[in-house]
Amino acid sequence: MQEHDMSWVRTEMALAQPAPAGVTGFSAWVRKNLIASAGDTILTIAGIALVALILPQIINWAFINAVWTGPDRTVCATVAQGGVQPDGWTGACWAFVNAKFGQFMLGRYPIEERWRPILVAILFVALLVPMLIPKVPRKGLNAILLFFVLPIVAFILLVGGMFGLPHVETSLWGGLLVTLSLSFVGIAVSLPLGIVLALGRRSRMPIIKTLCVVFIETVRGIPLITVLFFASVMLPLFLPEGVSFDKFLRALIGVSLFSAAYMAEVVRGGLQAIPKGQYEGADSLGLGYWQKMYFIVMPQALKLVIPGIVNTFIGMFKDTSLVIIISMFDLLGIVKQNFSDPNWATAQTARSGLIFAAFVFWLFCFGMSRYSMFTERRLDTGHKR
Amino acid sequence: MKQIAIGILGAATLGLMASAASAGTLDTVKAKGFIQCGVSTGLAGFSAPDDKGDWQGIDADFCRAVAAAVFGDGTKVKFTPLSAKERFTALQSGEIDILSRNTTWTINRDTALGLNFVGVTYYDGQGFMINAKKLPGVNSALQLSGAAVCVQSGTTTELNLADYFKANKMEYNPVVFEKLEEVNAAYDAGRCDVYTTDQSGLYGIRLTLGSPADHVVLPEIISKEPLGPAVRQGDDQWYHIVKWTYFALLQAEELGITKANVDEMKNSASPEIKRVLGQEADTKIGTDLGVSNDWVVNIVKATGNYGEMFERNVGSGSPLKIARGINALWTKGGLQYAPPIR
Repeated sequence: MQEHDMSWVRTEMALAQPAPAGVTGFSAWVRKNLIASAGDTILTIAGIALVALILPQIINWAFINAVWTGPDRTVCATVAQGGVQPDGWTGACWAFVNAKFGQFMLGRYPIEERWRPILVAILFVALLVPMLIPKVPRKGLNAILLFFVLPIVAFILLVGGMFGLPHVETSLWGGLLVTLSLSFVGIAVSLPLGIVLALGRRSRMPIIKTLCVVFIETVRGIPLITVLFFASVMLPLFLPEGVSFDKFLRALIGVSLFSAAYMAEVVRGGLQAIPKGQYEGADSLGLGYWQKMYFIVMPQALKLVIPGIVNTFIGMFKDTSLVIIISMFDLLGIVKQNFSDPNWATAQTARSGLIFAAFVFWLFCFGMSRYSMFTERRLDTGHKR
Repeated sequence: MKQIAIGILGAATLGLMASAASAGTLDTVKAKGFIQCGVSTGLAGFSAPDDKGDWQGIDADFCRAVAAAVFGDGTKVKFTPLSAKERFTALQSGEIDILSRNTTWTINRDTALGLNFVGVTYYDGQGFMINAKKLPGVNSALQLSGAAVCVQSGTTTELNLADYFKANKMEYNPVVFEKLEEVNAAYDAGRCDVYTTDQSGLYGIRLTLGSPADHVVLPEIISKEPLGPAVRQGDDQWYHIVKWTYFALLQAEELGITKANVDEMKNSASPEIKRVLGQEADTKIGTDLGVSNDWVVNIVKATGNYGEMFERNVGSGSPLKIARGINALWTKGGLQYAPPIR
């Protein structure tokens, strides 16, 4: 029989041991993630084979064989195609992107006036970056500058016609300038308008409720293409001759109202997730309607729907490409338009241009999506399950 | 700013249907100081942006020529890129003064749509491009029996193709795609032997192929696509100015007046050249038209004559290398013919 000494209790913690070699380090990671089962192993081998097959060609095309600068199509064409490259050559024609870069960014904005949109871009970045970093103080002032002062300054600088700046009509704008200004105004207008619409839709006042429901459902029932097309093709016929309602303004209004309707439904989803007790708690504290919404309901509701809001933003950013149907040239539109320049018509032009446009779009969309994840984590106060 | 304000005012009076045309486009154009010219959203050789973003091409240059006639300055043009759907509305509503956008002249557009075509700046038509490696020895469209033909669906091109092969009792396999880019890719990949679309377009597409030298544009043209500028109906003076700008371009070529020699030509002994260039005493040719008497000098100085315009934008001076063909002057076996300027 064994004797147990019941009185012995260990008083200090056992020293932490390093994990066994089998579960740490690179080899363990490989075992766990790549070759855990027969199925995994096959998938891993197939994946590596695919990458090995494609990647060298992509790198070869996009970097090693690529042409970075040049005056016209000859640098991106083989001898047989009327150029200078050896026969059988394929490579990215970044020279095309290089030559057209100003246009891709700013459209046909007059060259001697291009410092104006560049200045606006610098101001925008200078105000946006501190706004996005939570630690930087004076958020209120920053927001006023970004959302109220900057649009006015940007309008004066970009449109001109005052303070000695020559007028630049919006039909000359294009490229990233159009993409960003449409999305910035769209985002800045649609979020507050969407919140108001969402509150209106849940209001107990019948007229306000009906108005909001009719607006949201009507706009959601029409495709954006139809809105833009109507504004561009039908509207001029109804206006007196010689009166042209600025096309860019039409697109701005169309895009903003359109995304506001979608935003309203996203925000309403958040409002519905707030338990009734929160409203009643606010009422019992004696808060009025706006106080209740501002202090209690909205902070919780908006936090819940951050992914939905950012989804709408990203969707809108990409939807701006649809303005091509009213002959306004956003980034994608102006890239495609330049394919028609006979001085750059080669077999590589279209591919290179589209990859550049895709890369720029990806930069912005990926940035927005990462920032929204960061914000979600920062505001996470125990709801995450 | 002002435009926007007017626009909002205009929106407020929505429902007030404006009449499409009003007199005095010339006066309006002179008052605003430039011509608003509708061009395509990008077609190689006709209207396409260059590296600086300026519009280049025959259609763009034609508007510069009109500006030179009106203002004596070919740069007083503003271009509005228009999609195929928007182009007629833009002209009818007065948004643009000239539509110079590779538009085919048809009776329907001349009558029902309220346009007036001024002439044909480029005689286009549906043509064929073949892959000479796959179809060796073919030098006429009549030898294409049994070929696989790449074509864009839902276009008149597709219908013309069917008519042509049926009329000539030939067989063919249509390889049909929805989008132009898809047709290009399929043809370049060798999925068909023949590509058919407007002939001017074939030359542009050939530049983007992997081995352009293997591809030949056949001489046959199986449809009529006369492309030309148009103006609104109901303004004869403006119509005449645009029409005679076109004729002046042709006349200058016929008389050998070029951008380089126009100043010397003013002192030419030929009475016809002197008349055309407005160097005759008491000439009223220009002022009767509503422009200055040296309008032809201004036009040629701005854009060169028709031949120079053609060669620079689509011909030997451009990557497209399109032959003059039926776009040559009538004196050289083509169709370009101008009534006398006298």
